Amino acid sequence: MDKIRALIVDDSSVMRKIVERSLRQAGLELEKVVEAGNGAEALAAIGKDPVDLILCDINMPVMDGLEFVRTLATIESAKGIPVVMITTEGSENHVVQALSAGARGYIRKPFTPEQVKEHVLPVVGKKS
Amino acid sequence: MSTDTSLAVRSQEENWLPVLELAVEEVFEIMLGCRVKPVSQAEHHPSTEFTAMVGLAGALCGILTVCCDKETARELAKCMLGPEIADSEEEVSDALGEICNMIAGNFKNKLAGADGQCMLSVPTVIKGEEYTCYSLADGEQLETVMLFGGAPVAVRLQLHS
Repeated sequence: MDKIRALIVDDSSVMRKIVERSLRQAGLELEKVVEAGNGAEALAAIGKDPVDLILCDINMPVMDGLEFVRTLATIESAKGIPVVMITTEGSENHVVQALSAGARGYIRKPFTPEQVKEHVLPVVGKKS
Repeated sequence: MSTDTSLAVRSQEENWLPVLELAVEEVFEIMLGCRVKPVSQAEHHPSTEFTAMVGLAGALCGILTVCCDKETARELAKCMLGPEIADSEEEVSDALGEICNMIAGNFKNKLAGADGQCMLSVPTVIKGEEYTCYSLADGEQLETVMLFGGAPVAVRLQLHS
């Protein structure tokens, strides 16, 4: 996979920009970045625009990140899209819930570009 | 010492101020690329022109606030985002809210036993100093002031007993 189409889901537009910058700093070539402010918006965006990678917060209004990942797992066309959580929720309970629901990675905020590289590159088939 | 190890009891028995200070220092260093250290609260009085708030609910209940003046809030946003994209007040508020959110999350993640027992609200940001905040948090209050670019930034945690 060369260029990546990424979906960044976070209710903070500032954090969406920081995540996008971190992906570029990690060495990913981004063909397109789609943004969503919550899980419901993210589901609608996926229906319109196919993506290769999803970075998702947990605490969001309307539909939180865990519900989004669980719902995503039930959508046939979305199965196989890797999801990496990026969140302030650092408890083991949240990590287990996210990974059980189908997330492929988990990054706690605050995060360094190195952590993004370590957790994101392997799920898109690149060496970290 | 009480045998009750609940977080509410521990907040009264343990000194959590160094934990809060470390949580603040890490967020500033990792996300803003700058080192901050606590300074004397008697000598530095932060403005409340910009106030970000995040609620804590569950085993640890209360509110965490971050206060600073308008110019400092703008500089914080520039540090997070870069100089070209932190011009609007909306982005400045969003950035301060996220800083508050990350400090709250980092703090609770450092407390042994808080694992999965405490939830955070989405951030709220108030602009302007003409307000009075009544919190139902009636327990411990921790406060630290950090200097950012020479200007004071206050981080306050008010807990429900």
